[in-house]
Amino acid sequence: MTLWARFRGGVHPDAHKTTAQCATQPLPRPERVVLPLRQHIGAPCQPLVKKGDEVALGQPIGDTDAPVAAPVHASASGKVAAVEPRLSPSGRMEQAVVIETAPEDTPWEGLPAGLGWDFDPDLLDPAFIRDRVRQAGLVGMGGAGFPAAVKLAAKPGCEPDAVILNGAECEPSITSDHRLMLEHPEQVVLGLRLFMRACGARRGIIGIEANKADAAARLSQAVAGDPSISVEVLPVRYPQGAEKMLVWALLRRAVPVGAIPLDVGVVVQNVATAAAAAVALAEGRPLTDRIVTVSGRVGSPGNWRVPLGTSFVDVVEAAGGVTGSLARVIAGGPMMGTAQADLNVPVTKTTGSIILLGPEDLDTTPAGPCIRCGRCVSACPMGLLPAQLCSAALASDWAAAERFHVRACMECGSCSYVCPARRPLVQSIRLAKSELGRRARQGRG
Amino acid sequence: MSKTESGELLVSSSPHLWAGVSTGRIMRDVLIALTPAALGAVYFFGWRAAAVIALSMGAAALSEWGCERLMGKPSTLADGSALVTGLLLALTLPPTAPFWLPVLGAFFAIAVVKVAFGGLGHNFVNPALAARAFLLAAFPAVMTTWTKPFDAVTTATPLAVLPNPFSAEVMAGDLPSYTDLLLGTVGGSLGETSAILLLLGAAYLLVKQIIDWRIPVGFLGTLALFTWAFGGQAGLFTGDPLYHVLAGGAILGAFFMATDYVTGPITAKGRWIFAAGCGLITALIRLYGGYPEGVLFAILLMNVVTPLIDRFLVPAPFGGVKGRA
Repeated sequence: MTLWARFRGGVHPDAHKTTAQCATQPLPRPERVVLPLRQHIGAPCQPLVKKGDEVALGQPIGDTDAPVAAPVHASASGKVAAVEPRLSPSGRMEQAVVIETAPEDTPWEGLPAGLGWDFDPDLLDPAFIRDRVRQAGLVGMGGAGFPAAVKLAAKPGCEPDAVILNGAECEPSITSDHRLMLEHPEQVVLGLRLFMRACGARRGIIGIEANKADAAARLSQAVAGDPSISVEVLPVRYPQGAEKMLVWALLRRAVPVGAIPLDVGVVVQNVATAAAAAVALAEGRPLTDRIVTVSGRVGSPGNWRVPLGTSFVDVVEAAGGVTGSLARVIAGGPMMGTAQADLNVPVTKTTGSIILLGPEDLDTTPAGPCIRCGRCVSACPMGLLPAQLCSAALASDWAAAERFHVRACMECGSCSYVCPARRPLVQSIRLAKSELGRRARQGRG
Repeated sequence: MSKTESGELLVSSSPHLWAGVSTGRIMRDVLIALTPAALGAVYFFGWRAAAVIALSMGAAALSEWGCERLMGKPSTLADGSALVTGLLLALTLPPTAPFWLPVLGAFFAIAVVKVAFGGLGHNFVNPALAARAFLLAAFPAVMTTWTKPFDAVTTATPLAVLPNPFSAEVMAGDLPSYTDLLLGTVGGSLGETSAILLLLGAAYLLVKQIIDWRIPVGFLGTLALFTWAFGGQAGLFTGDPLYHVLAGGAILGAFFMATDYVTGPITAKGRWIFAAGCGLITALIRLYGGYPEGVLFAILLMNVVTPLIDRFLVPAPFGGVKGRA
């Protein structure tokens, strides 16, 4: 137990983990899947199929030579109906492959052979593991979507000594990682061993918030007898699952602004990514589905294993449909998730949760003037001054925003969550960051 | 028919949750916290106190409403900050105050100190304190005429018993006891006499985390330390720090005035500096200055320094910045 391991700042929203005891259910087969060719941070994939092609389950349908990217696979057998821009839950229009699904799935014959569930990760070549992780299209499934193989790649001068699996799931309402850890602890642990082997780390840590004691117990059982891996229970505090907060809480190592955990010898991956890596190596299956928590104003909230590309409409239908009137749909958690303009968007590799809110769930308190109460300063886990950043950003004073370290903001939203005046704190910081990014790109170009 | 309807969805940038503690709720909590002291004032000084409090709060609210109406701006009365200013001002006025005094003071606080500088969040000094300073400068006689509780006899506040309240003969003479200071059975402004009633409200604000504990601790700690070290007649460290903390406006100032969000620093380190500055200046004025009481000017001076403190104290982000030592 490392319950003492607190990071500075943070907030404590109501957990609302009402679906924690809802076992993961299969979803009825969707008639159509829409697979955006970018479901990760990095370059979009190029389509490998065209309209009219027959595709099989697990067949790559998009890939690229760009260094930071992850391939996309058919999540169902069927026929390609279109390759066209579609609205993605990120809010962007992304090139996407639309597949009319066949009644039955036939696995793609080109899939690599699985190693079975009894192999020893330490006997595998690290490069082989990294290659398989890339081939399987794995990305950070906690929400960020950074290509998993890139994080495992060797970097001269940085020898990671520890791999941390992020099982904090600190966002309210989401329980998909919780269910995964409960239902498939062996996959999570095997994935961790694979990651440790792939990057040469001798130590593995699984970090879990204290409100998931049952999952921590299951995982502890699964790692029993392996002294290199420990399961650590962390205090419930948002954003405990933020990479930098997690590394600090578990190892007391601070990742500087502009650096990544690898710079302090740590590789952080999500528990769902680890489980997907285990499946990819053991069964040869690429990432074609994931667990999604559906909560809020639906008939029966719960957790579903959803083929990627399934429309939110189909998922919500399986969860009993919308009850009452719908005012907001969030992909991801309520703190950092993306509000959707349309329910007809596909589940992607990073969609851990769909939250449906009615008008009664939305707060409409208007913004008032900043009263300088300092709550945002106390809440900021990065030690920033959100109030000052906000006034700099709203005045388009980008130099001041830089002086107040705007780039250090990870956009957790704790500041806006606590602000009594409802100031657009993290929102204006995002504005400043994107404006500064645009200027930097222009300066280079 | 599908049970899932894609109607009008509201899109906004995350977070989609809010803690729910609004500016209005904070002001309401401050009013609640000041209620024991206000009721104490009525108990000690009678119906006049109630009238002074009501007039001050009413004039503050009316001034804000009137100014905003004149400027064609939406009314901000609902945030409750004008009522807080009115109540705080009333608690610093003498029980013998003529009825025009709170009205004029509240108008000055709201119209000149607050609204003229842009309203809530933009005033650079605490409106209630600035109004008290204005009244003190303009009407010194009215502002320093005190009555003892339950008594029509006019006496001086304990800090103004004698020309030099901390001279040897004063310290050796009949000062109010700690018990009197705690209970409030001494002369003084409406709301500053009873330390216990003020501390009751302060505890409420601390528990609800409305105010930062650093400010009263730093303020009163510095005041106590300094008066203990230099306030005694028998040499260093012979002063009476408890007397200095309990008497006069130190408690009211440290818990309710110096903790005003708008006019204090926003960082923890900045608040320590601010609080220590308040304590130090209060002690200096009390021990060496010409005014009998230093709390008012100490806080006002530190209010003015606040932008500088915030400007120079930009904390380094967590973990530091890569490439910089």
